Amino acid sequence: MEECLLEVKGLKKTYPLHGSGGRFFGKKEQMYAVDGITFEIKKGETYGLVGESGCGKSTTGRAIVGLDKPDAGSIFYQGKDLCKLSEKEFRPLRKELQMVFQNTLSALNPRQRIGSILEEILIVHGEKNASARKERALKVLQQVGLSEEHYFRYPHELSGGQVQRLGIAGALLIEPKLIVCDEPVSALDVSIQAQILNMLVEIQKTSGISLLFISHDIGVIRFISDRIGVMYLGTLVEEADAESLFENPLHPYTKALLASAPDPYIVRGKRNILRGEQPVRTGEMKGCAFCGRCPYAEEICKEKTPEMRGVQKGHRVACHLVGEK
Amino acid sequence: MHFTRKTISESSGLIIKEQRQIRKERLLASPALIIGFTGFMLILLAAVLIPIFSSVDPNAMTVAERLKAPGGKYLLGTDEFGRDIFIRLMYGARVSLWVGGCVAVFSCLLGTIIGIYASYFKILDQILMRICDGLIAIPGILLAIALIAGLGASSWNVVIALTVVYTPSVARTVRASAMVIREQPYVEAAKVQGFGTLRILWKLILPGVVSPLIVQASFIFAQAIISEASLSFLGAGVPAPAASWGNMLQASKLVFSKAPWTMLCPGIAVILCVLSLNLFGDGLRDYLDPRVKGGAKK
Repeated sequence: MEECLLEVKGLKKTYPLHGSGGRFFGKKEQMYAVDGITFEIKKGETYGLVGESGCGKSTTGRAIVGLDKPDAGSIFYQGKDLCKLSEKEFRPLRKELQMVFQNTLSALNPRQRIGSILEEILIVHGEKNASARKERALKVLQQVGLSEEHYFRYPHELSGGQVQRLGIAGALLIEPKLIVCDEPVSALDVSIQAQILNMLVEIQKTSGISLLFISHDIGVIRFISDRIGVMYLGTLVEEADAESLFENPLHPYTKALLASAPDPYIVRGKRNILRGEQPVRTGEMKGCAFCGRCPYAEEICKEKTPEMRGVQKGHRVACHLVGEK
Repeated sequence: MHFTRKTISESSGLIIKEQRQIRKERLLASPALIIGFTGFMLILLAAVLIPIFSSVDPNAMTVAERLKAPGGKYLLGTDEFGRDIFIRLMYGARVSLWVGGCVAVFSCLLGTIIGIYASYFKILDQILMRICDGLIAIPGILLAIALIAGLGASSWNVVIALTVVYTPSVARTVRASAMVIREQPYVEAAKVQGFGTLRILWKLILPGVVSPLIVQASFIFAQAIISEASLSFLGAGVPAPAASWGNMLQASKLVFSKAPWTMLCPGIAVILCVLSLNLFGDGLRDYLDPRVKGGAKK
């Protein structure tokens, strides 16, 4: 449990942004999607990454599976920096780092039967025996609660929940070490969400896979995560064990995020509603990312960017004011 | 629960049967496909069979019988040399279909290869697409005439010239749809699952461009038939005594006020052939896309 599987260090990713003049005449700016976040995922744990839309959660996930090349920083996996690997060097590691997409239906080839989609993945990873492939595919389908009849279906013939199960099946198929789940349940209704989450927990218990679970839904994150990182505007503002984060949120943003959850078990007492909107970050930032919306902001918050620092065991927070009060 | 092979094959049989049933319904729900296919097959069969079973020489001139009206001994009349127009139409259909078919196949093959590679590799894209732009900039018929002037008039050279003319547009179509598919989440997912570049190109992107490609192919088939007729009409196509629709149209232009059937017959033949090909292509596109629901009338 304590062994570290994957370590993200100072990850940065910017996207070009074009002003009102368009691609040619607009002012060129960089949007900082992820700005120097650092965390690690331990073996067999579920790390939840939570934050509002546009805070860089998905970009982080995509960088880990190698879909986006980060601008700076490194991702260490088995002693190798994934950011420095070429496409070819990365390929053998693909087997161990899988991803479940938010919209799984569009992540499945619409022209192939489900069976052949799954078997194709096995072919890519060198399984030459056709009957072994079929057996494995059927076993995984069963594992995620689909039946052998789905083997011959096309993806668009399934319901939303079944498609999501299938997405997880595709990720499980080659027995990865880490699955990045990018909002895997946000498109589903609550009862199906619960089924899928229970299934994920079950699978994780039996196979010991690590999960990086990305979601904006604090309730879902609470249910599934062992440790949680809270992101705001491309930075990690707080990280703690699930329990201590919910019992004792330290960062003002975390507090506001918990208060916004439509869940009576999370919100206790008065709601502390956050005003304003998350800005778009361009250029180097001075001060704390959250200081524009923070109800407690002081002079120092505008001047100095707070460092992540440990306040309790396993509980890190990036805020000048924590611990001073 | 353990599934034995028998239940798997049983349920697979049921599902595949059901899917086949749906496919059949969709096939029947698309009259364009059926009409187009039937029309094209009739023309093709007539072009293949009638010259085999008829002993009439399409180039045999009977001066005494010149410009006979349709009916009687000659089904569609005769032209200014007394040649049987019906028989010549059938021989002309052979030329048109052969040229059209070859051009469609060759330009689609070439265009697909160019388009798919261009969509995936940036540098190649720049080079290939600039060449295609250059070719597209020249009007198709002019380019074809120039090529034939260089190569000499023969039916093979017509095929080569028209292939050069139509390949760039296929490459553009394929590239455009391949680029859409390249950005699809399922291609991204395949990358995460460790698919190699070649496998992504040929197993994920190629099937996605097949339906626009088929529409394009049927369109090019039809266009090539028109172009071949135009080239023959201008005297740059299949050399003169041979029967081709273009040659027949050209020959008729001197006599058509006296004998309108000499122009109407090959003209209508071109129209029917092109129309059924276009109907066929349109119907096929709808049928091939598994997401288009057929038989929506309930």
